[in-house]
Amino acid sequence: MASIRILLDKCTGCTLCVKACPFGAIHMADRKAVIDMAKCTLCGACVAACKFSAIELEKSAGPKRDLSAYKDVWVFCEQKKGVIQSISFELLGEGRRLADKLGVKLCAVLLGHDMETAAGRLGERGADKVYLVDHPALAAYQDDPYTAVLVKLVEEYKPEALLCGATTIGRSLISRVAIRTNAGLTADCTGLDVDTKERLLLQTRPAFGGNIMATIIAPNHRPQMATVRHKVMQEAPVRPGRGVEVVSNVYPEETFASRTRLIEVVEELASTVNISEADIIVAGGRGMGGKENFAQLEELAKVLGGAVGASRSAVDADWIGYSHQVGQTGKTVVPKLYIACGISGQIQHLIGMQSAKTIVAINKDPDAPIFKVATYGIVGDVNELVPALTREFKRALNK
Amino acid sequence: MDYLLTESQIMIRDLARKIAVEKIKPVAAQYDESEEFAWPVMKILAESDLFGIYLPEAYGGMGGGILEMCLVTEELSRACGGIALGYAGTGLGTLPILLHGSEEQKKKYLPDIASGKKLAAFCITEAEAGSDAGSIKTTARKEGDKYILNGTKQWITNAGEAEIYTVIALTDKAKGVRGASAFIVEKGTKGMEFGKKEKKMGIRASATREVIFTDCEVPAANLISREGMGFIVAMKTLDTSRPGVAAQAVGIAQGALDCALDYSRTRVQFGAPISSFQAVQHMLADMGTQIEAARALAYSVARMVDSGAKSVSKESAMAKLFASDVAMKVAVDAVQIMGGYGYMRDYPVEKFMRDAKITQIYEGTNQIQRNVIAANMIKEALKK
Amino acid sequence: MNIIVCIKQVPNTTDVRIDPVTNTLIRDGVESVINPFDAYAIEEAVRIRERCGGKVTAVTMGPPQAETALKEAIGLGCDEGVLVSDRKFAGSDTWATSYTLACAIQKLDAYDLVLCGKQASDGDTAQVGPGISTHLDIPQVTYVKKIVEINDKSARVERMTEEGYDVVEVPLPCLFTVVKEINTPRMPSLKGMMRAKSAKLVKWTAADLDADPAALGLDGSPTRVVKIFTPEPRKGGEMISGATGEVARELVELLKGEVV
Repeated sequence: MASIRILLDKCTGCTLCVKACPFGAIHMADRKAVIDMAKCTLCGACVAACKFSAIELEKSAGPKRDLSAYKDVWVFCEQKKGVIQSISFELLGEGRRLADKLGVKLCAVLLGHDMETAAGRLGERGADKVYLVDHPALAAYQDDPYTAVLVKLVEEYKPEALLCGATTIGRSLISRVAIRTNAGLTADCTGLDVDTKERLLLQTRPAFGGNIMATIIAPNHRPQMATVRHKVMQEAPVRPGRGVEVVSNVYPEETFASRTRLIEVVEELASTVNISEADIIVAGGRGMGGKENFAQLEELAKVLGGAVGASRSAVDADWIGYSHQVGQTGKTVVPKLYIACGISGQIQHLIGMQSAKTIVAINKDPDAPIFKVATYGIVGDVNELVPALTREFKRALNK
Repeated sequence: MDYLLTESQIMIRDLARKIAVEKIKPVAAQYDESEEFAWPVMKILAESDLFGIYLPEAYGGMGGGILEMCLVTEELSRACGGIALGYAGTGLGTLPILLHGSEEQKKKYLPDIASGKKLAAFCITEAEAGSDAGSIKTTARKEGDKYILNGTKQWITNAGEAEIYTVIALTDKAKGVRGASAFIVEKGTKGMEFGKKEKKMGIRASATREVIFTDCEVPAANLISREGMGFIVAMKTLDTSRPGVAAQAVGIAQGALDCALDYSRTRVQFGAPISSFQAVQHMLADMGTQIEAARALAYSVARMVDSGAKSVSKESAMAKLFASDVAMKVAVDAVQIMGGYGYMRDYPVEKFMRDAKITQIYEGTNQIQRNVIAANMIKEALKK
Repeated sequence: MNIIVCIKQVPNTTDVRIDPVTNTLIRDGVESVINPFDAYAIEEAVRIRERCGGKVTAVTMGPPQAETALKEAIGLGCDEGVLVSDRKFAGSDTWATSYTLACAIQKLDAYDLVLCGKQASDGDTAQVGPGISTHLDIPQVTYVKKIVEINDKSARVERMTEEGYDVVEVPLPCLFTVVKEINTPRMPSLKGMMRAKSAKLVKWTAADLDADPAALGLDGSPTRVVKIFTPEPRKGGEMISGATGEVARELVELLKGEVV
């Protein structure tokens, strides 16, 4: 069984670990760190924080496995109705960088039906090889056949890393594949890198529900799997004419069996622009004062060709639908311009939008935390300023 | 302050607080603006079993008393005094049945009230009978196994929304107050109508209407207690319910103080949060102290009622008087601390101030409470 | 219908504050609550039981104090609670967590349906639900926003997608992870809370489960944290003040580059 202990001769009483512990399980006694085992979850945050190697987290060493057979970086390319989704190009962009660093191939995995042409063009997005499984049962996503096929591919070709979009499909699929292949999986990575010596995928993500970032590895398991949210990575550039080797795989029919049956795919036409795709977002919070005032935001968004976003409290008050919610429990957005109107800037909201290039905040409370992240801040009444902005933008854009 | 509540009282208070924070606070301003009755909130209170806390288990209640009812009323009022009144008004309408109803009446009406399926309302006030409740004019004439009610009740809380009404009417005009009787009238009874909804200064989420009886036939079985007991039923009901008004007032005051305290800690003027200024600190201190005193009095009287004390008129009048005056003063001061922001409808304190005012007026104006208190004091002195 | 709801106790994120100096989470005084997404799973399970009859069992893996989450779940309408708690589970990542929960579920009576929230608000991985279904080898539907029809044999549900939703038919037993759109959870009821107070919870340790010890806790977790750091907070920028019209004009001037 795993255990953790403080090496008293090495502990300098610097308290770094106390601050690092996300669970408040460490305190100082006689200038040495003491771990409260009732609170400790063996998360390893203190080990990572200690500059003096004074904390030892011992894991019962399982059988050391030979991982040398595993090579190449894979990207699961998500397709819907035969169209490869842009998240896949973002992952190919990142995967290319990692594969080059490791000196291995970047391979795309494509599951679908009638996807040969699309597969052939993945070279233009940086893939060296495409593992294609083409079957009518794979036309639309279903958990069972997709899991079975991807597990077979992984077992047959042994990639050392596998990246997947943190989408509805990606999260459902990769979680199952990780269990079946006994692999480590890290969700929603915001940064990826590799340790070329140990051939480790360094997966960084926000952790412990706060403003702490953690870098996570899977030292003794392959493939190393990670999901990445849409819009977090840069799309791979298009290199016209770049070729790719397509490896088509055929599996026995039972591989494609599905216990679930997809009856219908319903697309609900969003009346407004999808906020995760929008370059400009005009978002409103509790400070908008009421449902009716959201019309002003829509007006401004329309003039700017953007989408309307909202904080959780505005959504909870039923001023606007959940699909507009930005933040930890909503969507992560990375627009060029984010105009936050009457949003105080709770951390849960900031997590979802602080990577926007330019942030404008309008709030009547000068102490609102939103101003701490805003490129431009205005203290004032949103219900006056938003219509004024709409007028000025209309004039400036000749609309 | 620790009021040594029992584990189940703490559970009740915390549940009411959770509902207030999560389900009432976010919609309080909206209902205040629209003046609609907050049925969705009533449904939540019903599903959470809160309507039955002060009713005996035999009738589907939780077996608690007036203190439990006060705890809930206070917590709900902390978010919205108007929505809380839908709850407290049902309590007022139910008390005549609970205190004086027959076993049959209790069996018939209390379970639906306990489950929150039906709300209740208490009807005594008339256009010319406010503080002078003795001059009501609504009559109930006995005909066979029925009573025929005629007259108009005014400013009835929950009227139109409630299903069960307890009504005070004269069965013998000649006897004056001794000729009054109490009846249970169900909504939908022929000859019972509602006037238009009143537009009020505060507690706007609460429904207030006239209840008009025109040859309204009520079964004789719906007479509460005996003929001529109407005023005793009414007075006992009000004595029992006044700690609830006090609790509502404490809740409103606490809600206003919560806002003002929060604001004072974040509002920076002259380079410092205004809570660092002694002028503001002293106001906050007075507000906090007054609220605690009002709460202590309200809880004490509620406990006295629950202990079965025979006469609680003086004490329950004191609780209602003191707590409502505190609510008004604290709410006004909360607005003052928040200055211009406090005056704006963007913040809830101006609403607390409007809501607070009614607590000094209804269920006996504070002037009448003082009369009651003084009369009891003098009576007690005479006995010595 | 026999329904199992997997829940997790998490810090209440609406309470979470960040220390402005160290930029880390202030956990002192933060209360623990049922993961908000799991509340939808509980509500849906209770609604199905109200329609079809049966039993709802809440299962959680966590420290001993996670007992309060189970009691809360009973207050919300669950019939029974199972706490799976052992030091041996410490350090579990999503692999080991889903394995442990799957072992616990297998120890329970035969089930028809397992419900989970779509993700936990503290970890946000959305991996444990699918992990459990894989360990149990039952079909799953993730991100369920509506159960259109359910009986002893099968269910028809709507799975939320980025574009709209899929209608999926699935045989039982199966696992659903549910999203916020599926329902509005009720408030706890006093009668439920009274029942919860006296409810006896089932408590299992690692020894009670038919589990491979090497697959539990940190030992059974493929992933490991190697570094933690607090990101540089984004710097606040320029404050613009003045009359409404002027401010609007100035801002439009500054943003011209962004909006063309």
